[in-house]
Amino acid sequence: MTDHTILRVVSKLLLPYVLLFALYVQFHGDYGPGGGFQAGVIFAAGFVLYGLIFGLTAVRRVAPARMVELVIATGVLVYAGTGVATMLMGGNFLDYDFLNPAHPSDGQHYGILVVELGVGMTVAAVMIAVYSTFAGRGRA
Amino acid sequence: MRGLFAAVMLMGIYSFLGASWMLLLDAPDVAFTEASVGAGISTILALATLALTTRKAKTPARRSPLPLLIVAVTGAALVYGTLDMPHFGDPEAPASNYPHPSYVERTEHDIHVPNVVTAVLASYRGYDTLGETVVIFTAGIAVLVLLRGSRKRRPTGGGGEDAG
Repeated sequence: MTDHTILRVVSKLLLPYVLLFALYVQFHGDYGPGGGFQAGVIFAAGFVLYGLIFGLTAVRRVAPARMVELVIATGVLVYAGTGVATMLMGGNFLDYDFLNPAHPSDGQHYGILVVELGVGMTVAAVMIAVYSTFAGRGRA
Repeated sequence: MRGLFAAVMLMGIYSFLGASWMLLLDAPDVAFTEASVGAGISTILALATLALTTRKAKTPARRSPLPLLIVAVTGAALVYGTLDMPHFGDPEAPASNYPHPSYVERTEHDIHVPNVVTAVLASYRGYDTLGETVVIFTAGIAVLVLLRGSRKRRPTGGGGEDAG
């Protein structure tokens, strides 16, 4: 699809906003609708759009398969690691109150942010990996 | 209908209608998920599958009434199940009284976030969400292993990507 100038230009214009919107949904999840799951999917949709217009090799250059796989695992580790951190700080597993004992509700804020980040990382990376593996099969 | 492309498009439209319906029910978080996952990524993955396979469903050699029967019976059972459901917006409905309205009352004090859905999802029910994340992780890894494993055994070999 490399000849479609309009598609190329429009998608290049749209891409930063797609990714920015994903980050907004990610980090504004406490206040508005959204959270890690939705943000991850939207972030991945940006990569899918890029792949559809500019080809899979371009996506692989931005997000190498190894790195995407690493992010899949890192997301789960970030989530579970938050639980371990709260345990080390004296609370129960995933009891965010202990992240900031002086202000438990602040601790809850931090905990939710970090945990949602983990969810978003895993979801986005899984979607990108599955898409690029699917699309890559056709060329073999 | 044998045109798989139309089938995928219908699936996406259905998903999008489902998202609009959820929005009408004041559940923007669910609507968001449905729109992005159901109408967005699922449709793209289904289209990618079509690109790998074919756009036409194979005509079965012999038409069997069994699938229609199964669908009809399942559908009838589901409709029968809705007869016992509480009316829409019923304050006495179990969904309005259980687990507890106190989630809504206590979120403001406990967690200080306005979005109760996020509070329940990431804090009160943090274990569940960790489980869901692990499910996505496992499913993703399984799909990757399946897709790449079968590709490796092809005699012609891969297209040069480092996917193996």
